[in-house]
Amino acid sequence: MTNPPSSRPAARPTIRNIGFADLVHYRLPIPGLVSILHRISGLLLFLLLPLLLWLFDLSLSSDRSFDQLVAVCQGTLARLVLVALGWALLHHASAGVRFLLLDLHLGTDKPAARRSSVVVFAVSLPLALLFALFVFGVLG
Amino acid sequence: MNVNRRRAPVGAHYGLREWLAQRITAVLLLLYLIVLAGALAIEGRHDYEGWAAIFTPQPMKLLSALAFAALCYHAWIGVRDVWMDYIHHTGLRLALLTLTVLWLLYCLAWCVQILWSV
Repeated sequence: MTNPPSSRPAARPTIRNIGFADLVHYRLPIPGLVSILHRISGLLLFLLLPLLLWLFDLSLSSDRSFDQLVAVCQGTLARLVLVALGWALLHHASAGVRFLLLDLHLGTDKPAARRSSVVVFAVSLPLALLFALFVFGVLG
Repeated sequence: MNVNRRRAPVGAHYGLREWLAQRITAVLLLLYLIVLAGALAIEGRHDYEGWAAIFTPQPMKLLSALAFAALCYHAWIGVRDVWMDYIHHTGLRLALLTLTVLWLLYCLAWCVQILWSV
């Protein structure tokens, strides 16, 4: 009679996707941050598409509706939404250019990918700030 | 990977067309943004007359409508990916996918109507 196996195989580690609770502790690298913000900004632009079209409609229908648009954009909430839209477009576009370059196999090594993700923020955030100053009438 | 090349495995190339289309439409949208920025820079008047003058010529209407169609296709692929990643309930996912298509088509028709009303 043979000996029974001396030790049972160790329990297989369970591999799960991270949950929402883990997100708080999860330190995302900068390229990851660019990526998830690309998705969030894209979804935001999609969700606010009817608002954009409504504003576009107001801007083109007549000179009276154009004035109405200007009046609508004076409210604080409207200005905040416009700034959010501006940031979303700026981030989505600059991160999108980075992804297109990565798809062409440009800058795919780790240091270069990290640098380019910093460049995305260096481009999108100051431009978004500039846009915010414009929307709130600081730039006149 | 040991795959019989003569037999197309189920799902082969699935997603490649969407992947490519998303990138092509992205480039088109960037080009349109440049054209629009250029038109704004050339047009000196910063009022309704100036803004409407940009969209009055027929080529600009067509270009804008095409750009919006590209936007809809681009958004469709992106939003489709988001629903596929996070919505696991088949019925809910199907409903969201359907609503997304209908909604984008509605927006496209709306945009065309706005453009040709100028």
